[in-house]
Amino acid sequence: MANEKIRNFCIIAHIDHGKSTLADRILEKTETVAIRDMEEQLLDNMDIERERGITIKARAVRLKYTAQDGEDYIFNLIDTPGHVDFNYEVSRSLAACEGAILVVDASQGIEAQTLANTYLAIEHDLEVVPVVNKIDLPSADPERVCAEVENVIGIPAMDAPRISAKMGTNIEAVLEKIVTDIPAPKGDPDKPLKALIFDSYYDSYKGVIIYVRVKEGTVRVGDNIRLMATGAVFNVVEAGFMDASSLNNNGSLEAGEVGYIAASIKSIGDTRVGDTVTNDDNPCDEPLPGYRKVNPMVFSGIYPADGAKYGDLRDALEKLQLNDASLSFEPETSIALGFGFRCGFLGLLHMEIIQERLEREYNLDLITTAPSVIYKVTFTNGEVQYIDNPTNYPDPALIQCAEEPMVKASILAPSDYVGNIMELCQDRRGNFKDMKYLDDTRVELHYELPLNEIVYDFFDVLKSRTKGYASFDYEMMGYAPSKLVKLDILLNGDIVDALSFIVHADKAYPRARKIAEKLKDNIPRQLFEVPIQAAIGGKIIARETVKAVRKDVLAKCYGGDITRKKKLLEKQKEGKKRMRQLGTVEVPQEAFMSVLKLDS
Amino acid sequence: MNDLGIYIHVPFCGRKCPYCDFYSVPYCAGTVSAYTDAVLRNIRHYSEPERTVSTLYFGGGTPSLLTPEQLGSIISEVRNSFRLSDSAEITLEANPNTLTPEKLSILRNSGINRLSVGVQSLLDDELKMLGRTHSAERAEKAVRDAAAAGFGNISCDLMIALPGQSPEKLRRSAERLAALPIQHISAYILKAEEGTPFAESEFLKELPDDDLSAELYLETVRIMAENGFEQYEISNFARKDFESRHNCRYWKCQDYLGIGPAAHSCYGGKRFAVPRDIGQFTGQDFQTEEVTDDAPCGFEETAMLRLRLTEGIDLDDFPEHRRSIEKKAPALAEAGYVRFDGRKLSLTPEGFLVSNAVIGQLIF
Repeated sequence: MANEKIRNFCIIAHIDHGKSTLADRILEKTETVAIRDMEEQLLDNMDIERERGITIKARAVRLKYTAQDGEDYIFNLIDTPGHVDFNYEVSRSLAACEGAILVVDASQGIEAQTLANTYLAIEHDLEVVPVVNKIDLPSADPERVCAEVENVIGIPAMDAPRISAKMGTNIEAVLEKIVTDIPAPKGDPDKPLKALIFDSYYDSYKGVIIYVRVKEGTVRVGDNIRLMATGAVFNVVEAGFMDASSLNNNGSLEAGEVGYIAASIKSIGDTRVGDTVTNDDNPCDEPLPGYRKVNPMVFSGIYPADGAKYGDLRDALEKLQLNDASLSFEPETSIALGFGFRCGFLGLLHMEIIQERLEREYNLDLITTAPSVIYKVTFTNGEVQYIDNPTNYPDPALIQCAEEPMVKASILAPSDYVGNIMELCQDRRGNFKDMKYLDDTRVELHYELPLNEIVYDFFDVLKSRTKGYASFDYEMMGYAPSKLVKLDILLNGDIVDALSFIVHADKAYPRARKIAEKLKDNIPRQLFEVPIQAAIGGKIIARETVKAVRKDVLAKCYGGDITRKKKLLEKQKEGKKRMRQLGTVEVPQEAFMSVLKLDS
Repeated sequence: MNDLGIYIHVPFCGRKCPYCDFYSVPYCAGTVSAYTDAVLRNIRHYSEPERTVSTLYFGGGTPSLLTPEQLGSIISEVRNSFRLSDSAEITLEANPNTLTPEKLSILRNSGINRLSVGVQSLLDDELKMLGRTHSAERAEKAVRDAAAAGFGNISCDLMIALPGQSPEKLRRSAERLAALPIQHISAYILKAEEGTPFAESEFLKELPDDDLSAELYLETVRIMAENGFEQYEISNFARKDFESRHNCRYWKCQDYLGIGPAAHSCYGGKRFAVPRDIGQFTGQDFQTEEVTDDAPCGFEETAMLRLRLTEGIDLDDFPEHRRSIEKKAPALAEAGYVRFDGRKLSLTPEGFLVSNAVIGQLIF
């Protein structure tokens, strides 16, 4: 296949603006999928993705299209994760393309996420093809939206196809735009192999399948390939492309093509997104630019509610990691929660997805600790340590300087809510950078915020304060010195390690009071009075008490009927399983979870 | 062969009390007669001529609605089918309204030697609230008549933690009760059982909260002690040697055979219940046994039941659990919930109030 007949592109869209639906229509129009095989939204194949309407992992599909010029074209549609947590993966997917279709909702206009990903595409020199979707909605205003795209992003948009992916309206115009506007890939099939890994997944029969974009050279079945970042060498068993439902082993992939390689790779840890694949016998001089190891940003302890399920939890995490190299975990022991794992995530959504998958797909009942970010601590002796677990936070006397990670946040919302948003960001220790009006009614705000202020519930609160209209995106921007303190929670005088967390000194008091109140509400009265205290160092800054219970149900055993009494006993036994015994105090699972949601 | 206790559930009431959720049906002479025949058939069915029956208990419902002849025939049948001990405790639950001097004297002659009278309160406003048809005066008279008829072992029920009850009010009622010629008092905390009219009544909102209920319970324990009634179980108080031998069988995991609809048994190595259906009971040759437990009296059950008694448990009986209990007991003792001397462990009145939690903590 000559390169000038190939188009490699992705679709950028905000959640719910119709990315998956458009992808499906394109698949349908190019007859990649027989109509009878059509299932709504083929590209998202995880339940959680579908339910949340987001795409978590990239997939790539090869399509054949006969254009109006009578020529046959090969389209490689690369699906990108739409969320900020997967920012790096998005950037690698973009690096595999020459163009991007920008889908904008005809009534909602541009959102923060769209903007961030579009800028990313432009940074990668991609040709951006705007498309206005949902023109069938009564509130659609394609002209306004096109003007917004031109004003805000600065690309021509007046001739953008006006479509309805849902109704299948005007899809051909999009396909023609792909042919005419997106450049064909360059590259020489005879040069040494240079291919970009933009995704991978684990197949239990073939091992790790890597998705690649071949930039230079050719890869053939039987070749020895080297993954340049890890240095691992494998023998290629299959090389080919994916259609909507299966892998097609073509025997080779050439410069310009997008496809997959199977090489009996056992561990997904060897195949890092962004790495360069080259030929081990005839390697290229240097890897493709832009590779970096993805580091987790948010950490949390995950414990089985039932201690006996520790092994099950480990197995489940290992299985998830097979398909998700960005998930990290290592064993951790908590006095309060027993044996569990310290898990690292790319961000909040990633964390939620992992927790949800563990609970749903592996049927595990979990207790998770408050998410923590990585703090940078410089000791008085000059040593520097990165702390991802509040339990390990050093004695303040030993700290010369503590720093916390900051993010650049961008928030888009109707201008009516600017006051609410500013109040929230101020409350979360944000530094206002700038604000600009996208049009008469919509505004974009930029803030610098500490990551630890957004890991709890920032997005939820933002949504509720803007009636759901605000969209939010952030990127990491390094560390900044901060007045941090470690807040400990004590039950009956003993520190509960799983409840300790790092907080800015100014927020310690209100946070401590709120946590103490929450715990009081969630720890049932028991045989002994339970003092709840919050402390910084040795200093108690908040206190509540759960009074001792005076009376419980005195089931009658009239006429020798002990069934009720036994039921009570059984219930108690069951309840006890959901309790953590901390000294003499029984703490229900809910109490640990309740402190994670302080604002609700 | 172990001795046996027999419980006869008599599911008839002249009128259903609004707080009661035990099984009962309206009184009807014809049904009672068919019922009595079925009880007799069942006693014969379970016949063990060599086995000693040391307690027989007519519970209800309102067993005093049976005629003395009907009660007598049942006692005779027990005597024919088992070895009914000469010193057997034979109890009849009775509603004060059904007890006349004549009937009491016939009952006494039929072999019944213990009465459990449903007094509940000796304050008329409380009785009215509970939907009882007797007055305080009527109840007192019934009890005095019973004593006069030769009953030397009389128990009375007392309900506590009633809507609007203060410790003072409780004391007025309880002291008046303790002054009667009786040997035993069962004091139950009123509970609004789901599905009963009481649970939907206006009184519900005046029901004491847990803290006041606890206070009323402890006050009851004090009043009983002051008047010579020693607590031997969570809800039961007796003058020396007048503990209910039948009820103690329940707490001590001793065999008891229950006959009648809704009766429960721990008999023949299993626990079973008879369906709550009078029609089925009278229509069948033998009652249906719905097994609820085919391996009763394990450690948890035994400990849970025994700990309802003030004598508690002896750790020598549970060597496998000794260490675990020894570890947990001192903190509970220090808080005043249990008495523990290193071997014997029992609950205090404060412990009885939270017995679920205390027992749960000790045995799980």
